Amino acid sequence: MSGPSQSAELDDWGWPAFARRALRSRSFVIGAAIALLVLAIGILSFFWTPYDVTRLVVADRLQSPSSQHWFGTDHFGRDILSMIMVGARNSIAVALVAVGIGMGIGVPLGTWAAAKRGWADDVLMRFNDLIFAFPALLSAVMITAIFGPGIFNAIIAIGIFNIPVFARLSRGAALGFWTREFILAARVAGKGKTRITIEHILPNISNLLIVQGTIQFSLGILAEAGLSYVGLGAQPPQPSWGRMLNEAQTMMSFAPHMAIFPGLAIIITVLGLNMMGDGLRDILDPRLKREN
Amino acid sequence: MITHLKLAAAVVVASMLAVSNPAHAAKDTIVLGMPLEPPHLDPTAGAAAAIDEVVYANVFEGLTRINRNGEVLPALAESWEISEDGKTYTFKLHSGVKFHDGTTFDAEDVKFSLDRARSDDSTNAQKKLFAAIESVEVVDPSTVKITLSSAAGNFLFNLGWGDAVIVAPESADTNKENPVGTGPFKFSDWVQGSSVELVRNDDYWGEPVALSKATIRFIPDASAAIAALQSGDVDAYPNISAPESIPAFQADPRFTVVIGSTEGETILSTNNKRPPFDNIKVRQAIAHTLDRQAIIDGAMFGLGTPIGTHFAPHHPAYVTETIDTYPKDLEKAKALLKEAGLADGFKAKLHLPPPTYARRGGEIIASQLREIGIDLEVIPVEWKQWLEGPFKGDYDLTIVSHTEPMDIGIYADPDYYFQYDSPEFQAVIDKLNETTDEAARYELLGEAQKIVSRDAVNGFLFELAKAGVWNAKLKGLWENVPVQANDLTEVMWTE
Repeated sequence: MSGPSQSAELDDWGWPAFARRALRSRSFVIGAAIALLVLAIGILSFFWTPYDVTRLVVADRLQSPSSQHWFGTDHFGRDILSMIMVGARNSIAVALVAVGIGMGIGVPLGTWAAAKRGWADDVLMRFNDLIFAFPALLSAVMITAIFGPGIFNAIIAIGIFNIPVFARLSRGAALGFWTREFILAARVAGKGKTRITIEHILPNISNLLIVQGTIQFSLGILAEAGLSYVGLGAQPPQPSWGRMLNEAQTMMSFAPHMAIFPGLAIIITVLGLNMMGDGLRDILDPRLKREN
Repeated sequence: MITHLKLAAAVVVASMLAVSNPAHAAKDTIVLGMPLEPPHLDPTAGAAAAIDEVVYANVFEGLTRINRNGEVLPALAESWEISEDGKTYTFKLHSGVKFHDGTTFDAEDVKFSLDRARSDDSTNAQKKLFAAIESVEVVDPSTVKITLSSAAGNFLFNLGWGDAVIVAPESADTNKENPVGTGPFKFSDWVQGSSVELVRNDDYWGEPVALSKATIRFIPDASAAIAALQSGDVDAYPNISAPESIPAFQADPRFTVVIGSTEGETILSTNNKRPPFDNIKVRQAIAHTLDRQAIIDGAMFGLGTPIGTHFAPHHPAYVTETIDTYPKDLEKAKALLKEAGLADGFKAKLHLPPPTYARRGGEIIASQLREIGIDLEVIPVEWKQWLEGPFKGDYDLTIVSHTEPMDIGIYADPDYYFQYDSPEFQAVIDKLNETTDEAARYELLGEAQKIVSRDAVNGFLFELAKAGVWNAKLKGLWENVPVQANDLTEVMWTE
């Protein structure tokens, strides 16, 4: 999937064409709907939640789902629906910034390596391999253990391990273009490497980056949940899906709703993002679809 | 083929017999679970409760011991005489007692142990237990005379602490890894990070124990501990840290669940020197805001008794009225903050060590204090960080359970991490230390409780309950925790 699209620079890539193809892809439509819903819920939580998640009403604790508390309450009497709403905001924010860090640093590095080749390329890619060799979540645990638990360090940790993903992807994709005729033409015309990268390479590899970004986004949400589960992510009183699961585990036998709802939130969000990523790949890379 | 079948049948029948007739092989081993692993195994050189919870009464013994009801009983000393002025204690020691390495126990070991514990370079965590001792004399191999500088009402109780056990000069330096005591169990093995194994001491001087082997496993994770009990991997977990799991165990006939009391005053420790907590009005405002029952219900699922001062409510000297010194009253709390010049509230940090009572209690307290405008940043810390930070006085607020028995005396030490410096309180404790008459002592203890309650030194929350879960066929484990211990000497299987 790292091969560049042959028709990319020739096709009409206007919005109408994109929309037409997008609506035909069922997995994209479903996935995007779910992702938008989660995003909307996260945004809504800034303005409104059914209950205040920082106010504990111990007298109302461990209630099963009801008309007052749709998803029930936890052991402190907090409304689980409200916590999931605020948790969505945290998950999205962490994943978004982490992917942003990965793209923002990884793509320039990768395209630079592809343009420069030689020793710079070698050094960079070996360094990438080095980071890649560590299991990402384990290293994120290490980073937060050293710099202290908290949402900021979690973002940094997840972001750092997104850098090589994007560096490698953009380098591989960019390399293919550097031998193509339209790039040669641009070089003959006297454009510098940086300018060519910005004007010609980046637009051509952007499809790939978007698809990969969606996948990394869902991995980021999983990573945030994992870090919070072991207590290294968002700290109380900030709700987080991972920590909700952690708190629920000793109460599974009598309050299963405490685990079911945050668990579903994670599953549905990740599923939605993955479907959206798959759909996007099919839409943006028609050649790939034909071959598959 | 046929012989094979016969053999198989015989094996099946034999195994069925074995299952249906367990009485022939009465079980005499136990696997006991504990949340924390001790840093080492020398109770005379460390404050960690986990050390005593492994070795107290099992491996090590002192001159006296404290039993399951908190009473002082003779141990290595079979009897004692106290002089008229209360300053001279003459202990008659048991004879024929041997340490686990075969060396003989006598009066020299007592002198060695007590002098070692109170020496200047001693690493004993409770040196104040020995502060009253002026000299320890060996009268003859089975008699020791201890002279005190002033009468100490609590002296026999103090000698029953894990920190006051008798060790041998030959093995004292290696007790951390290889504890050698006089108790009914011998240390056999320690798999770091997993378990300690104790085996019966067949040369024990006293009543022999029923168990031949005890394995103490360290399971810090509450859900893992619950699973280990459910599956039978662990026979007993005397202090389960997930109170929410108790109803399920109570409903299961395989288990005995005992809710006992501890000596753990769970408090919102406050740095009395650091502004704004140096202002009594701020501390009173906090006291007026805390809803103890909500904390007990939310953090401990209802297990625990509210306290109004630093004293065990099951003790006869407890002053019940202290619970009402600062009843919940948000208006009054806000007014007090206003008087302190903090009408808009303030920000502070709340450090939370790992136990459930602290982590969950902290979230509830942060929520309660937010109601009067105090915005707490919750900082979870590991015990190591806690001991190096808050316990050394670098903190605003923290939550901890003080599990030592009768420890209200810590408020008399201005350098203790509360940093509470009250000459009035210190005078009461000085007088208490010199008083031996029980009624007079209770009077003074009551006075001390009222002072710390009145000064709102800390947020007094609740007395920690101990929820013990063990196999219903086990008997002899302690219901309550008068001292930090898992005394296995009377534990046995009923079938």
